[in-house]
Amino acid sequence: MSNGADVPAHSDRIRVDLQLIADMIDPGTRVLDIGCGDGELLGYLTRTKKVDGRGLELSNEGVRNCVAQGLPVMQGDADRDLGDYPDGAFDYAILSQTLQATQRPKEVLSELLRIGKQAIVSFPNFGHWRARFDLMFRGRMPQNPNLPIMWYETPNIHFCTVLDFVALCEEMNLTIERSMVLNESGSKLSLGSQTRFSNFLGNQALFMLSK
Amino acid sequence: MSTATNTKKRPPLPGHHMVLGETEKLRLDSGVEFGPFTLAYQTYGELNADKSNAILVCHALTGDQYVADDVHPITGKAGWWSEIVGPGKIIDTDKYFVICSNVIGGCLGSTGPKDVNPETGKPWGLDFPVITIADMVRAQTMLIDALGIDMLFAVIGGSMGGMQVLEWCKSYPERVYAAAPIATSFRHSAQNIAFHEVGRQAVMADPDWCGGNYLLEGKKPSRGLAVARMTAHITYLSQPALHRKFGRKLQNRGAITYSFDNDFQIESYLRHQGKSFVDRFDANSYLYITRAMDYFDLSLEYDGRLAEAFQGCKTRFCVVSFSSDWCFTTAESRIVAHALNAASCNVSCVEIESDKGHDAFLLDEPDFHMVLSGFIEGAAEGRGLK
Repeated sequence: MSNGADVPAHSDRIRVDLQLIADMIDPGTRVLDIGCGDGELLGYLTRTKKVDGRGLELSNEGVRNCVAQGLPVMQGDADRDLGDYPDGAFDYAILSQTLQATQRPKEVLSELLRIGKQAIVSFPNFGHWRARFDLMFRGRMPQNPNLPIMWYETPNIHFCTVLDFVALCEEMNLTIERSMVLNESGSKLSLGSQTRFSNFLGNQALFMLSK
Repeated sequence: MSTATNTKKRPPLPGHHMVLGETEKLRLDSGVEFGPFTLAYQTYGELNADKSNAILVCHALTGDQYVADDVHPITGKAGWWSEIVGPGKIIDTDKYFVICSNVIGGCLGSTGPKDVNPETGKPWGLDFPVITIADMVRAQTMLIDALGIDMLFAVIGGSMGGMQVLEWCKSYPERVYAAAPIATSFRHSAQNIAFHEVGRQAVMADPDWCGGNYLLEGKKPSRGLAVARMTAHITYLSQPALHRKFGRKLQNRGAITYSFDNDFQIESYLRHQGKSFVDRFDANSYLYITRAMDYFDLSLEYDGRLAEAFQGCKTRFCVVSFSSDWCFTTAESRIVAHALNAASCNVSCVEIESDKGHDAFLLDEPDFHMVLSGFIEGAAEGRGLK
């Protein structure tokens, strides 16, 4: 079944941060990947975990590349197009590195947990020490290899820190099933359970949520 | 032999002809019990042992069953989708058994208004019952039954062909593994109905139409049908594509002639399109088939809740639209895709960037071909076809 004729020879290795997400997902489940890009994660999950995977992607090019690999993907965006999916249609709704680019992150988050039994969300952490450094000492908006775009061009309009996100989950009565922070290259940082440390040292944050 | 194949004027067209509806008639949406009738169809490739590799290709308004023939029996050109269907091509006839039938009401071998009504011994003309997209599909199911195929691997079609694809999935979801409705919609828009009406009025305004009895009168409403085709043809293109191809270029002359001659290349082109169309198409068939498209609205019986039409449907879908298509816009395709999503169906939805308008689905569009190919191969893997 896997690596059939439709899938161009993939070495089944994916971006480190995507691998961390993939590791959270049980085989044979139903997965919606929102902002699935070129289908790197979705294709991996389909091949190696035999999930029933669907994607939603804003760029036409991304959608085309996904469908050309045989992945079921729709053109659409998280703010506008989640409303069509029925309640509980998926075991997991994944929103990787996209929350900060949505118009209404809170509504999107609640949609994720309406559609999916669990939501997996990752985002750049603005509580990271370098972001704080940039603001405090350089007096400039944070810029780093993961956020290379200038403030006037960035699609990222709703930045938050790990602590901000945790506070929002509390406000929305969401259960944080798992959480971790990643370094610049997307590898997991082992920092114990101290959220303040994570918030200071994590470049990106990854959460698994349920209602 | 069926009544339908007994017409005297027509030399038999090549390909298969199957007489259907002899024991059990075809029940039309209008309430008419119709039959026996003939469907003319072409097949390409071989049906495999477990009959799991059949792809039904549905043709558009003025298309026909000769989807992948090298030489069309009337036009002498290659079949209308020979870019896509053939050995080693996207719809690979070395791998799949491809079926394409002329729709009922058509004029290339399937029973239509130019055939003889067995009750009167004269051509049906306007006594032919009004046909709907669902009727076309119901007739196709009888053909697929007769071929002994339970489940089609895929049903694929553009424009009116796409309407048939959606109708298949709504009415016979268990018989369709994968579906590609292309450059189409779940309903015909007011603008599309309007253009069709202009075309029909052009046909009917031609004195040679003779109230629909032109065959009995030994006439042919060529001018009316040509105007209908010219109008329709404009809607299949786009403003940029037309301008790129023709601009304001003059036809074989250095200057305008201060007359109503075809000074501009675009005029000459349209006249040619109209003229060549009447050689291969029956005017009354054009009325009936345009009407079938106008009547199409898959959401009607669900009070507009389209998602209900696809409830429980297990078919994989790939909905494709083209950015410059103003007959069947991406917005319409998205309504279909959203409804499929709401019904928890497996759906891909892609807009292809193209400035070639509605006809892009018939043309060389590498992105479209890449998408369709990926979709079919992915589905084949899911279906266990090697």
